[in-house]
Amino acid sequence: MPYDIVVLAKQVPDTKRVTGDAMKEDGTVNRAALPAIFNPEDLYALELAIEVKERFGGSVTCLTMGPVSAAEVLREALYRGADRVALITDRRAAASDTLATSYILSCAVTHAAPYDIVCCGRQAIDGDTAQVGPQLAQKLSIPQVTYVSDVEEIAGSLIRVRRHTDYGMQVVEAPLPALLTVTDKAPEPRYPAMKRVMKYKKAMSPAEAEARGLPSPMGDMLIETWDLDTIGADIERCGMAGSPTKVKRIQSIVLTGSGYHEVQPTQEGIEGLVHELIEDHTIG
Amino acid sequence: MGNFFTDNEDLMFQFDFWGPGELADLKEHGYAEAAEYDFAPEDTADAVENYRKALEVVGGIAADFIAPRAEAVDREGHQLQAGRVCYNPGVVDNLRRLAQADLMGFTLPRRFGGLNIPTFVYSLANEIVSRADASLMNIFGLQGIAETINAFASDELKNEYLPRLASGELTGAMVLTEPDAGSDLQRVNLKAREAENGTWLLSGVKRFITNGCGDVLLVLARSEPEESGGLGLSLYLCERQDAIQVRHLEDKLGIHGSPTCELEFHDAAGYLIGERRRGLVTYTMALMNGARVGIAAQSVGIAEAAFREARAYAHTRTQFGRTIEEFPAVADLLVDMKTRLEAARSLTCDASRIMDIDIILQEQLEKGGIEGDVARELKQKQRRYKRLAAFMTPVSKYYASEIAVSVASDAIQILGGSGYMKDYPVERYWRDARIAPIYEGTSQLQIVAAVRGVTSGVAEGYFKEMDMDFERPLVGLSKKLRAMRSELARCVSFAKERGSDYTDLYARDLVDIAIDILIGYHLLLQAQHSRKKLAMARRFIPRALREARRRSANITSGDMAVIKDFLLLAGAPSSQEA
Repeated sequence: MPYDIVVLAKQVPDTKRVTGDAMKEDGTVNRAALPAIFNPEDLYALELAIEVKERFGGSVTCLTMGPVSAAEVLREALYRGADRVALITDRRAAASDTLATSYILSCAVTHAAPYDIVCCGRQAIDGDTAQVGPQLAQKLSIPQVTYVSDVEEIAGSLIRVRRHTDYGMQVVEAPLPALLTVTDKAPEPRYPAMKRVMKYKKAMSPAEAEARGLPSPMGDMLIETWDLDTIGADIERCGMAGSPTKVKRIQSIVLTGSGYHEVQPTQEGIEGLVHELIEDHTIG
Repeated sequence: MGNFFTDNEDLMFQFDFWGPGELADLKEHGYAEAAEYDFAPEDTADAVENYRKALEVVGGIAADFIAPRAEAVDREGHQLQAGRVCYNPGVVDNLRRLAQADLMGFTLPRRFGGLNIPTFVYSLANEIVSRADASLMNIFGLQGIAETINAFASDELKNEYLPRLASGELTGAMVLTEPDAGSDLQRVNLKAREAENGTWLLSGVKRFITNGCGDVLLVLARSEPEESGGLGLSLYLCERQDAIQVRHLEDKLGIHGSPTCELEFHDAAGYLIGERRRGLVTYTMALMNGARVGIAAQSVGIAEAAFREARAYAHTRTQFGRTIEEFPAVADLLVDMKTRLEAARSLTCDASRIMDIDIILQEQLEKGGIEGDVARELKQKQRRYKRLAAFMTPVSKYYASEIAVSVASDAIQILGGSGYMKDYPVERYWRDARIAPIYEGTSQLQIVAAVRGVTSGVAEGYFKEMDMDFERPLVGLSKKLRAMRSELARCVSFAKERGSDYTDLYARDLVDIAIDILIGYHLLLQAQHSRKKLAMARRFIPRALREARRRSANITSGDMAVIKDFLLLAGAPSSQEA
C-alpha cells in the first residue's frame, strides 16, 4: 500500500564551521559568515521518507520555510528523490518562534494534504529546540513519535517504528497519519543521484528565475512558492505577532580555562561540587 | 562533510585547464539528446556543470563514506566460502552508495542508463575514489568492461547487460591472465568450443583476476585451436554460473579491498563478443587502453593521499625545536613529491582527453554520412589522435604508477618510524601503490610501447604543437625545452643506428627525457594561468634539462655491457632447490 509522506526541512547555518565572525555585535547569528546547509537531521528524515517510498510506494513532498535562498534545500531534496517540493516564504513570517513556526507549518502540511506520514528531523542545529516537530503534531491533531531511528513495518494504517533514546531502544506503534521526528541514528542519508542532479539543477522558484532574468519555470522545474495566504494562515498567529517567546538578552560566551581546583573523591567532595554547580546555575 | 574534489585545488585547476567544454561538444553531437532525456545537457555550459557536479558527488562519497572504511577493508579483506566470494561489508556499502548516486555507468550512453560523461572526467573520478581507497577503484574503475560490450557486442547483449551494469546491479571483470600468459597474452590457452545453440563452452584456468567473482566476465579464450598466436583468440561474455568456480582468493601485499581470484571454467557457457579471432588484437587492446589510463588515475589518487599525509605531518612534527618542514632536506622532498604528483595528474588528464577525442572521432567515422574533404580531414585527425593516444596512454600509466610508489615511499620516509607503523595510513598507500607499475602491463612494457612514439616522431610532433610563442617570463624556459628536444633527437638517431636491442636497452632513458619535456610543456602552458605552476616550471625545467643531458650521455655512450656481459655482471642464478 502506497504512503504519501511530507518531509519538513530547514536551511541552517553550518554551525560546525563557526569562526570568529559567526556572531554579530548584537549577539545574533551572522548568517552571511556561515555556509547554509540542509539541517543534518532533516536529511535523515528525508532518507527515512525515501526509503519508505522505495519499500511501499507512494510519494515524498518536501517543504521548507525560509527566505528565497532556502530553495537550495529543496533542490537538494529533489536530487535525492523527493517528488514534489514547496517553499513557504513570506516576510510576515519573519521572527516566528517555535509556536508560530509550527502553526505556519501545520497550515502548509494541511495545504499539501493528503498525507499519511510527516517526517521531521528531531531538531535544527541553529536553534536546537526540538520543539517544532512535537508542536506541529499537536496542531495537526495526529500522534507523534519522537527520536525515530527506523521504520520497522507499515501495515494498513498502522506504523511500527523504533525509537532510539538515552535509555535504550523502544518499539512503538502508531495509527496513521502520524508525525515522526528522526535522529541521526536512522539510516545514513544517501548522496544526490546524478541523473536527478542533471535534471533538477535547473529547478527554481519564480523569484529565483526573476532575479536571474530567466522566464518563469514550468512543470517539473518549478519550485512552488507558498505565502501565508496560499496556505490559509491566520496572520495574527504568525511572525512576531504570533510569537510569545521574547529574547531577553543574548550573550556571547567565550569559554576560557582559568585555573582549576581539585575535588576530593569523597562523599563530601562530590556534594560540595554539586552544590557549587547548582549555585552558579550550571545544573539544576 | 568533506569533499575530495572541492578540497583539491590542483584537481579543480586541471579540470578547467583541459577544456571539458570542447570534449562535451564532441561527446554530445549538437546536444540532440536534450530532447529525449530530461537529464541530458542543453549546451556546453550545462554539460560542464554536470561534469563538475558529478565530481562533487564522487568527492563527497569518497570523503564521507569510502575513506573512513578504507582501513577496515584493508585489514579484513574479503572471504571465500564454498567457491563464492563474500565481499567485505564496507565494500558492499561503498558500491551501494555509488550505484545509488547513478555513478556506475559514468561513460555509457544514456540509452543504456549511463551518464555519457567523457573518459577525462571519469579519470578524475577514478582518482578521487582511489585517494579514498585505491582498492575500490578496481571495482568502480572496471566500467571499461561495459564500454567494451557497448563498442563491440551485439545489440542483444548490450540490451541485456548494459542497463544492469550502469545501475550497479551487476559488476564485471576482465578475465585475461593465465598462469602461463601474463604480459604475453598471445599464449592464452583457455579453450572455447562452439555449442550447438550458438553459445560457446569455455574450459580452463584463469589467474590473478581482479573482481573475478563479478557477475559479468569478459573472457579471452582460444577459439581456434590450430592457431597458436593472438589471432586464435576470441572474447566471450560469461555470466557468473556454477560452471565457473573461484578456486582461490589471492593473499596480496596491498589493494586488499579488491578481490583477486583464480577461476576454473568447466564448460562454462559464454557468448561471443563481436567476431572470432579479434578477441586479443582488437577488443582486448581497446579494453586495455582504457584500463591503463584508469591505473594512471588510481596511481595519482594514491599519491595525492600519501602526499597530504606527509605534508600535514611535516607541518606539525617538531624535532630539534623546529617543525620538520623547516629542514631543507624535508622541504626538498616535499616539493619533489608535489611536483611529481601534479605532473602525473596533468599527464593522466591529457592522455584521457586524447583518448576521448580518438574514440569520438572513430565513432563519427564509423557512423558514416560524411564524405569528401570533410571525411578526409576527419580521418586524418583521427589517425593523428590514435597515434597520440598510443603514445600518451603508456606514458601516463608508466609515469603515474612509478611516482605513486615513490611518493608513497617518500611519505613513509617523512613520517619516519610512525610511517612504518600501521597506525598511519602511509604504509597502506605504499602497499596499494606497489601493484600499479605491475598490472595492466608492467612499466617495462609501457616503456616498450612509449618508446615507439619517441622514435617515430609522434612525441616530437606533439611537443611542436605545444610549443607556442611563449611570452616573458616563459621564453627562457621554453628555450630550455627546445634544447631538451634537440638532445632527445640526437639520442634517438644514435640509438636507431645501433639497432633495436640498443634502443630497448636505453628505452627507459629515452622515454624519461620525453616525459620530462611533456611535463615541461604542460607546466609552461599552465603557468599562464597559475603562479604556482610558474614557480614549479622555474624549478623543474632547468633541472630536467640537466637530467636530460645526463641521460643523453648514457644513451650516446654506446655501452652495451648489460647485453654483452650479462652473465658476468648479473652472475649465474642460484641453483633451484630440489
